[in-house]
Amino acid sequence: MADVKLLGTWPSPFSYRVILALKLKGIDYEYIEQDLSNKSPLLLQSNPVYKKIPVLIHGGNPISESMTILQYIDESWPETHPLLPADPYGRAVARFWIKFAEEKLSSASMIFRTSGEEQGKAVRETVEVMEILEEHAFGSLKEKGFFGGEKVNMVDLAYGVMGRWFDAIEECSGVKVIDPLKFPLFCGWAERFNEAPVIRDNLPGRKELVDFYKRRREMMLAAAAAASN
Amino acid sequence: MSGEEKVVLHGMWASPYAKRVEIALKLKGIPYEYVEEDLLNGKSEALLKHNPVHQKVPVLVHNGKPVIESCIILEYIDETWKSSGHALFPQEDTYRRARVRFWADFIQRQLLEKFIVTITAVGEAREEAIKELRKNMELLEEGLRVNFFPEGIPQYHFDDQKNVRFLDITMCAFFGLHKAQSEFVRTTEIIDLQRTPLVFSWVESLKEVPVVKEVLPPHDEVVNLLRGFRQNAVGSSPQV
Repeated sequence: MADVKLLGTWPSPFSYRVILALKLKGIDYEYIEQDLSNKSPLLLQSNPVYKKIPVLIHGGNPISESMTILQYIDESWPETHPLLPADPYGRAVARFWIKFAEEKLSSASMIFRTSGEEQGKAVRETVEVMEILEEHAFGSLKEKGFFGGEKVNMVDLAYGVMGRWFDAIEECSGVKVIDPLKFPLFCGWAERFNEAPVIRDNLPGRKELVDFYKRRREMMLAAAAAASN
Repeated sequence: MSGEEKVVLHGMWASPYAKRVEIALKLKGIPYEYVEEDLLNGKSEALLKHNPVHQKVPVLVHNGKPVIESCIILEYIDETWKSSGHALFPQEDTYRRARVRFWADFIQRQLLEKFIVTITAVGEAREEAIKELRKNMELLEEGLRVNFFPEGIPQYHFDDQKNVRFLDITMCAFFGLHKAQSEFVRTTEIIDLQRTPLVFSWVESLKEVPVVKEVLPPHDEVVNLLRGFRQNAVGSSPQV
């Protein structure tokens, strides 16, 4: 059995997508925390194009970009906990929502990196994305469960970051974006996701996340203020 | 069209994303009906119904069900019509599949989208995009050599159209028109025979594949289209 290593940083939601996929599939792996301010030779050699985490190294072969890693994991360990539907149409729909997550969730991180007018813009963009998701993506779930039916699948993992991470970002940025009255389907799904088997035991703690993002936000705003002086 | 299968492609003559799908359908010998969408003056009701989120082309409608996003459509085609034509994705080797996906994403985000910026931006933003585009072509050169063509591309390789697959289609549907595109980047060819010889020979030989030649729009029409975009970006200034 070839060895599996994961290069990541805590508490990157992109790292966590991979951790959760590996845990759901019951795959043993060695986690190696990276210092992005002083990148390791292993990281630079494994992801020479972007020099970013996460990187999965399987039998010496490096794979990067979190959703590409998840597809690789699903195809390489197909026997347990499939992460995509079996039929081509179901897979195409799943891939569409995965791509949407890859393209549209970055405005959310801008909420905690900025303040004032810029933050207001990031909030508006995020709300627009949420409205599309609530109607077209989470709308198809109704009370059912997950994008994977009764079990969590790759689409749930793509959006899973929005649950606890969003919550932490909202708390430390002082803005509320996810109104449960406006986004009831999303909120119901997020609660179910956080409580799902395996997921619930492998998410970062809420308090730790809030503390982390509070410190990060203070640093970023201080740096921005210094830069504009 | 045989029996129950009904395949409709909503596209637009200048959309490289729609061209990717056309090339794939033709390579696999899948009959389809083509609907040209007028994206500026009136998208069809069918398009708006099938792609309410993005309202863009291409949309492949298979027996009434819409599939969206060119790379996703190509995977759908490959998985659905398994015994038609040849496989577009590596089948058994999951690591190779991951590398193909990585480089297709690189071509999209670091090349195609950067090129668009060189057309739509001005001043420093444009200069920055031109620099990044050149750097990224060199990264593709290295990636192509290390991962797919360590011995170079054999002569007549793409004469066998079974060798035209997902990554090839992703690249040539847009950069097959690199000569027309280079007319807008002023100081340099975007795919330079000197600096990126492997990428150059890759794209040049793919352009000659009959199905690709048939599908790509003519050089002059592309130049006119890009000139129009460029003029919109810079206003009435004639400088390109």
